[in-house]
Amino acid sequence: MIYRVLFLSFFKIGLFSFGGGYAMIPLIQKEIIDINGWLTLEQFMDIIAISQMTPGPIAVNAATFVGYRIAGFWGAAAATAGVTAPSLIIILLLAFLIKKYRGLAWVDAFFSGVRPAVIALIVKAAYSLGRGSILGIKDIILALAVLAGLYIFKLNPILIIALAAAAGILIY
Amino acid sequence: MGERRLSPRQLLSMFWVFFKIGAFTLGGGYAMIPLMKVEIVDRQNWLEEKEFLDIIAVAQCSPGAVAINSSVYIGYRLFGLAGAVIATLGTVLPSFLSILSIALVYTGVRAYPAVQKAFRGIYPALVVLILAAVFNLQKAAFKNRIDVAVAITGLIALVVFDVHPILVILASGITGLIRYFAGGRRERSAGG
Repeated sequence: MIYRVLFLSFFKIGLFSFGGGYAMIPLIQKEIIDINGWLTLEQFMDIIAISQMTPGPIAVNAATFVGYRIAGFWGAAAATAGVTAPSLIIILLLAFLIKKYRGLAWVDAFFSGVRPAVIALIVKAAYSLGRGSILGIKDIILALAVLAGLYIFKLNPILIIALAAAAGILIY
Repeated sequence: MGERRLSPRQLLSMFWVFFKIGAFTLGGGYAMIPLMKVEIVDRQNWLEEKEFLDIIAVAQCSPGAVAINSSVYIGYRLFGLAGAVIATLGTVLPSFLSILSIALVYTGVRAYPAVQKAFRGIYPALVVLILAAVFNLQKAAFKNRIDVAVAITGLIALVVFDVHPILVILASGITGLIRYFAGGRRERSAGG
């Protein structure tokens, strides 16, 4: 049954892609184009482009899109459920284990050692995004405006994103 | 089986918070961090900053999208299994709906110039938002100079040497363990 094939195929994608986002692309490509022949390379590149312009993780977007193309609404639902299920199962297991062993001094020591690394990861994300997007004077002015919006006018990040999108349409 | 920090009535508002995060997570996984931080830590006070950082570490080290993983974990912390499912639905639904509506009219992408321009505006804004989130979270992460050194080393490993994030997280966790056991031994020998 096609729904089961879609579910299992995207379950595999969800299960074996570590690190999220673009790290998933080669794996999705292999499942969708090479193994199942569900899309052409060109269509796949289109999905990556659409994913960058729509909210949400690339894997979820690709799952929804491919699922819909193959088997309509329920195909989209099956593929999306498939790509999400491994996260649900594994994170619930981990959360349960961590809850159980929290309070053990060495577990807490491990996590307090990890926190600075998480800061580094987030800075890296900002760096990667900034290297490709803050290139000229307009980008710098926009970034400064966001800084003012955040700290002087205390705007909500969601509002700031919406305003930045509007500003982008006006100034570029 | 979760921690039940929320009442059943708050489940709906939790769904709505994650729906908003899902709808505005543009530009890849880590772009959701400033939104999650503001909505879940600052406005609703559902989690402490420390827990938030721990959840991101676990989300990064597990398979799957970071945004989904952290939604599952936060949902679980707030309302057990049902919370995990509802938070995940909230995060996934915006992308599901928007891709579905695009797939309906799909004829091959000729991306609209206006959309591209909007994104040229969004990306620099995201950079600032993410850095601001880091600025807020660093208090919870940095307790001493060694923590700062670990973060700087991690950043160099990530940016210059392109080391995988999971390795950086595990290595930092090990420095935490080393510091704990070395400190404990010193205390023990000082006491005895």
